[in-house]
Amino acid sequence: MILSYAIWIPIFFGLIILFYGSEKPSAGVRWLALFGAILGFVATLPLVIHFDLANTGMQFVENVRWIPRYDINYHLGIDGISVWFIVLTAFINIFVVIAAWEVIDTKVSQYMASFMILSGLMIGVFAALDALLFYVFFEATLIPMYIIIGVWGGHNRIYAAFKFFLYTLLGSLLTLVAMLYLYNVTNTFDIAAWQNARLDIVEQVLLFFAFFMAFAVKVPMWPLHTWLPDVHVEAPTGGSVVLAAIMLKLGAYGFLRFSLPIAPDASQYLGPFVIFLSLVAVIYVGAVALVQKDMKKLVAYSSVAHMGFVTLGFFLFSPLGIEGGIVQMISHGFVAGAMFLSIGVLYDRMHTRQIADYGGVVHRMPAFTAFAVLMAMANCGLPATSGFVGEFMVILAAVDYDFVIGILAATALILGAAYSLWMVKRVFFGAVGNQHVEELKDLNGREYFMMAVLTICVIGMGVYPKPFTDIIHPAVINLLQHVAVSKL
Amino acid sequence: MQAFDLYAILPELVLLIATCLLLVASVYVRERQPATPGVDQDIFHTPRGVGFVYFFALLLLAYLFFAFFGRLGDVSLLAMNGMFQSDPLSNLLKACSCAAVFVTLVYSKQYLKDRSLFRPDFIVLALLALLGQFVLISGANLLTLYLGLELMALPTYALVAMRHNSEKSVEAGIKYFILGALASGFLLYGMSMLYGITGSLDLLEIFKTVADPRVNHLVMAFGLVFIVAGLAFKLGVVPFHMWVPDVYQGAPTAVTLMIAGAPKLAAFALLFRLLVNTLLPLLGDWQPMLVLLALLSLVVGNVTAIAQTNLKRMLAYSAIAQMGFVILGMLSVFDDHAFSASLFYVVTYVMTTLGSFGLLMVLSRHGYDCETLESLKGLNKKHPWYAFIGLVMMFSLAGIPPTVGFAAKLGVLEALVDAEHTFIALIAVIASLIGAFYYLRVVKVMYFDEPTHEITVTGSGFARALLGLNAILVLVIGMFPATLMTMCLDAMRRTLLGS
Repeated sequence: MILSYAIWIPIFFGLIILFYGSEKPSAGVRWLALFGAILGFVATLPLVIHFDLANTGMQFVENVRWIPRYDINYHLGIDGISVWFIVLTAFINIFVVIAAWEVIDTKVSQYMASFMILSGLMIGVFAALDALLFYVFFEATLIPMYIIIGVWGGHNRIYAAFKFFLYTLLGSLLTLVAMLYLYNVTNTFDIAAWQNARLDIVEQVLLFFAFFMAFAVKVPMWPLHTWLPDVHVEAPTGGSVVLAAIMLKLGAYGFLRFSLPIAPDASQYLGPFVIFLSLVAVIYVGAVALVQKDMKKLVAYSSVAHMGFVTLGFFLFSPLGIEGGIVQMISHGFVAGAMFLSIGVLYDRMHTRQIADYGGVVHRMPAFTAFAVLMAMANCGLPATSGFVGEFMVILAAVDYDFVIGILAATALILGAAYSLWMVKRVFFGAVGNQHVEELKDLNGREYFMMAVLTICVIGMGVYPKPFTDIIHPAVINLLQHVAVSKL
Repeated sequence: MQAFDLYAILPELVLLIATCLLLVASVYVRERQPATPGVDQDIFHTPRGVGFVYFFALLLLAYLFFAFFGRLGDVSLLAMNGMFQSDPLSNLLKACSCAAVFVTLVYSKQYLKDRSLFRPDFIVLALLALLGQFVLISGANLLTLYLGLELMALPTYALVAMRHNSEKSVEAGIKYFILGALASGFLLYGMSMLYGITGSLDLLEIFKTVADPRVNHLVMAFGLVFIVAGLAFKLGVVPFHMWVPDVYQGAPTAVTLMIAGAPKLAAFALLFRLLVNTLLPLLGDWQPMLVLLALLSLVVGNVTAIAQTNLKRMLAYSAIAQMGFVILGMLSVFDDHAFSASLFYVVTYVMTTLGSFGLLMVLSRHGYDCETLESLKGLNKKHPWYAFIGLVMMFSLAGIPPTVGFAAKLGVLEALVDAEHTFIALIAVIASLIGAFYYLRVVKVMYFDEPTHEITVTGSGFARALLGLNAILVLVIGMFPATLMTMCLDAMRRTLLGS
């Protein structure tokens, strides 16, 4: 029942907040949301505490008949791959609520409710073991996100909301057809059964591409990434945090749950193609990030580059690569979340995200600068931060796979350092840029708390990643053993 | 006439007698004189006694609903010398029709009152149309089918033109009448072909004769073309869709709902009776026609809807596209699963349509029709609950989980893939992606735009409560579709076994 609690507690609180409703900003709604978010997070903790390392199969399984007509079940369960994402989702949700505390003053209850419901739905995606249940959660996340971007977004929010929705829907609808095809072959929507279904290479390749469309859009992989910068720029801070920290991971997670085990031969066959796309994301999109004038856009492109690292790791088909990819995803959840929160902190004060409008922030906001610079360092993979662990593992795996690919992947560290540090230099250091910067006030208690906790996470994971890798490792080995067996 | 004949047609008889009584009673309903003689027609007035007619009609509909619901478990019956069949499918469809007309009447009350249209003739015509639907749904003979079709259509022609001082309404009424008559002509011509070659009007007889390989196939196919064309008219699918947008837009919203709701169920029954019950042996001939009709509807309906700014017109094009989906379910091999997917689709579609038009009526007021995109601007700021209802309806029409529209699309797509029409499923999916755009735009107008003018919520407490229930049902059945799906499948399976 723990997984059900993790999914439905936030959604339940979201509905209560929605119907409690209040036009004026009221403390009650915020406290209720915070309480719900913390309760939701606490509900996920037993998943880690009682996680059985010796068990490589699914744990905490729940299986209830849902639509018997199509053999669709409410089938939940987690393994080492998904457990951390569930915890991460519930964890980030707390920050989203706190980040909106004083900032959001219109339709507070709808804002909080959207994020609470979204959080529950995303946990559902990570916990679903039935393909249709996965799809329902995956698609349903679009509705709150669409509202979040459209109602609380920036000037061009409507364009961004539509782009986000339609882009994602395109990919998912193709996946739906692929799922129906697999149902037709196996007569069930059970993912485990699909992973054992025999498929010839043509079927596998077609299925691979159908799934690829949904997941590659979500990750997003080059060249399907163009929606992400637009959406990030327009979304409110909370929306950007959730998008970068969790939503992108839904796509990458989909690769591990669907593409690799269901179409192993096609995945091996098309691996070089995906690796190519990933390298383009790492190098080309990294270079694009370098020239951005808008901070949010810069971090958005950097997210694309980092997710390129993740997919690169996955399609190297080595334990190190896949584990590195997963660690990178978790780390990116903390780091990107913190970076978007930092941009939110600045934006709330200055109402601009243009790098050129800043300069010398360190003179007025020393504490904030310390946190922000650390996060920028983590973003470019400084050792002893969580960003380093994943990237290093993936680069090691890449060198093992092919030296040239390893070299190309490693350029990401240089590019990452370039765009992160250059942004830090222009925003935080130098002389005080203008009158508005002169009037900046340093972090208040709420912001300080958020940055401090995330810093602890980033450094903690960077110094001692063992708890993460210990849980991930057996599941990855299990996955690779499965992928190694041809289905032809 | 035998005892079971009486049993089979009892609900129809009750409806007929009650409607006649209401007709008589409505003679005593007095037109209230305008406060000052000679003032314009639009002045607010409602005849005395119409409340009684309305209340009685609701009671009647509730009774009929439970009567048919109670009969869901019955076996198939052929009554009236094989003219009338009462099978699980017909009971299910009739129960849904009753519910749809009930809901339509409740939603329309205030809307009609504000437009001086809340008169006994509206209610009586609605009940007569419902009777036509019953006869059509239960038709076991070409004559019964045709009789039902006309009885269903004629009152709606009158209803569309009810606002006799509005040019648009009258135009829509005439258009609807002429095209409807043309479609009936097509159908009748096709039926005459069938009769000519089989020598029978009985569906079962025709089925047996058609299956005979010695029958002249060319003549059969020729008749089939006319039948499919007539059906396409009635369903409102491309390229026989031209009347749909004009009628939807021109008619008062209450009447639009009267056309857009319950008759879709009857149209599905007609499709099923003619193509599956009767002409199944010609599967190879009618399926390619349906593929074309369905795909054209999906593409034309969804693409054209994008250009609409009038919501009623937009929903009309959406209806065209949705009917395309209903037809897609008929493309399988002979399969109760696929047909039940279509049935489920049409039932849930009617449910969503009721909610969408109901919302438009609740947001209309005296002298103001809520029917353009503009008129929904900023609804979330003023009335979040109604904006939420609109959101649920739109996402359901677009087929996004966890609404019921998704479960319906899932069933039809599954049937398509099952019948190895994966490519058609892909086209359908891409068409619904295009469709998602204009549904999203409605949500955008309601949620993202600032309100520019006053929005008031009218309608009785009952109507508003029912509208809320409607939205909640769209969500809840979307999350737990198993019960309704099983009901549809069961009805379909036993109907197919019985025939």
